[in-house]
Amino acid sequence: MAPAIQAENLVKTFGDVRALDGVSLDVPEGTVLGLLGPNGAGKTTTVRVLTTLLQPDSGRATVAGVDVLKHPNRVRSLIGLSGQYAAVDEYLTGRENLQMVGELYQMSSRDAKARALELLEWFNLTEAMDRTAKTYSGGMRRRLDLAAALVVRPPVMFLDEPTTGLDPRNRLALWEVIETLVEQGTTLLLTTQYLEEADRLAHDIAVVDQGRVIARGSADRLKAQIGGERVEVVVHRRDDLAEAVAALAPYAKGDPAVEKNTRRITVPVSGGAKVLADVIRELDARSIEIDDIGLRRPTLDDVFLSLTGHAAEAAAEAEETGEQQTRPAGRPGRGHQDGRGEGRGKDA
Amino acid sequence: MTTTATEHAIGHAVPAQRHGIAATLHDSWVVAKRNLRRMTRIPEIVVFGLMQPVMFVLLFSYVMGGAIQIPGTRANSSTYTQFLMAGIFAQTVTFAVAGASAGIAEDMTKGLVDRFRSLPMARSAVLVGRTLADLVQTAFTLLVLAVVALLVGWRIHDGILKALGAFALLLLLGYAFSWIGALIGLSVRSPEAATSAGLIWLFPLTFISNAFVPVSSMPGWLQALAYWNPFSATVQASRSLFGNQIGPVDPAWPMQHAALVSVAWSLVIMALFSWLAVRKYRSAAG
Repeated sequence: MAPAIQAENLVKTFGDVRALDGVSLDVPEGTVLGLLGPNGAGKTTTVRVLTTLLQPDSGRATVAGVDVLKHPNRVRSLIGLSGQYAAVDEYLTGRENLQMVGELYQMSSRDAKARALELLEWFNLTEAMDRTAKTYSGGMRRRLDLAAALVVRPPVMFLDEPTTGLDPRNRLALWEVIETLVEQGTTLLLTTQYLEEADRLAHDIAVVDQGRVIARGSADRLKAQIGGERVEVVVHRRDDLAEAVAALAPYAKGDPAVEKNTRRITVPVSGGAKVLADVIRELDARSIEIDDIGLRRPTLDDVFLSLTGHAAEAAAEAEETGEQQTRPAGRPGRGHQDGRGEGRGKDA
Repeated sequence: MTTTATEHAIGHAVPAQRHGIAATLHDSWVVAKRNLRRMTRIPEIVVFGLMQPVMFVLLFSYVMGGAIQIPGTRANSSTYTQFLMAGIFAQTVTFAVAGASAGIAEDMTKGLVDRFRSLPMARSAVLVGRTLADLVQTAFTLLVLAVVALLVGWRIHDGILKALGAFALLLLLGYAFSWIGALIGLSVRSPEAATSAGLIWLFPLTFISNAFVPVSSMPGWLQALAYWNPFSATVQASRSLFGNQIGPVDPAWPMQHAALVSVAWSLVIMALFSWLAVRKYRSAAG
């Protein structure tokens, strides 16, 4: 089956900044691709090209089989877009916002009205539907924005950092909505800075850095790619540390890391649960008392660090200026008001 | 978020059924409706839009009217009010620039322009809808202003039809200018900048004209500028149509053919700036 979203070698420069440096990706129908990367990596620019908002300097893209550059208006009737800025009109009510979007999707005013009510009910906004969006909380606005993207039941959806700046409760609620959409067959391209979010929602992850896709695969495959698992042991008595390192040595695939203060030893291993069982028996045989032991698989944070050579956070600070140029004038300042900084701190 | 989701989420996208002009008109109307609704939700904008011209009418007729002499008359605040009103009306309609530029700049920063651009709607509709809503606001402002002017002694002398003709010329100029505002709104980085950028050049434009003082009182080099100012033509044409012209019309060619020049300027400005603005909207809004 042809991919629902396909991009080949997209390049876009803004002055000296190469925002997209040959991005290629494809999203099979009915699946979720998570575009993961720090601010300025090129995630938003990619979404803007695929949703017809921005012309690439070169490259091709199709959405639902329609060429994005040749037939942008046909693409627009097949997609829903929801971004991190909750693009709703503050001075219209929730109901009026959705109705307007419906009419602009060329629905009859009666259909637009009916669809607006349906969506308001689904997103638990019925009670607030006749209040202006200005009075809504951040989470409610984001829900309204997502509802606006769903007005025509688009087969392909683009969600650009849908939960950035939301509190954990609202984030979870939004995740559930997104999972429902995917269950029903929507193809989804999701950008996120949150590794946890990509891990939970996406079938496939593309890690983006400096305008390029630097890794691609399922979360598990990416984790495996950077080296396998490791055993972590916390011994009860600090005096046992040396003995424990010796006990672990036969299983280690690399040098052990020892933290004296926390009495923690970490060694890379291979062989999964069986190794863990062997290690426990070995420690027991030597009468080493343990407080905690576990088999740890690398997190996506580790993936990012090992792929890019720098942590996601450090990159975000250094490259923020690049991404800003890809947004409409005046937007960058708002990012901070929206609590982006706060969200980042919590999740990183 | 509830289990009713199943039936709602996915299906087939609705194909666009309207094409060409019909689509543009429909989409523009939807956007205009939205902007008019906003005006009723933020009445401050309309109220402050009214206060400025009303204040100008009162200040100019009472404070400065006694000092400014119209050729062929003695300085007198009542004759000055007659002379002044066409100028104030014209200045008021050009201030629609600020409304359009600030409104569109705000839509840009709030991400609404992105939303609109991602929808299968006519490319010009966001701007047409905005300028049409501004036109309605301008017409309302003119109406209120005319009532205030009548209260301070302004009169129409040549009948209601000609006066309506004058208002039509004024609104046409205002509509043309709101396209300049649309372009400014798409080009600057914040609504605040858009407001200043929308207003700052209007002061020299409206003052180097026949709006507040007779052009013959200016230095020679400035007179040519004032005569060919698009703004002056509309002021002269509506001043004549209101029957507020005192003494003979200035012999300069654009003043002698003011109505024609006014319409021509408005159409040229509208054509040029709507083309530039729609082009900007299509491509550079990212």
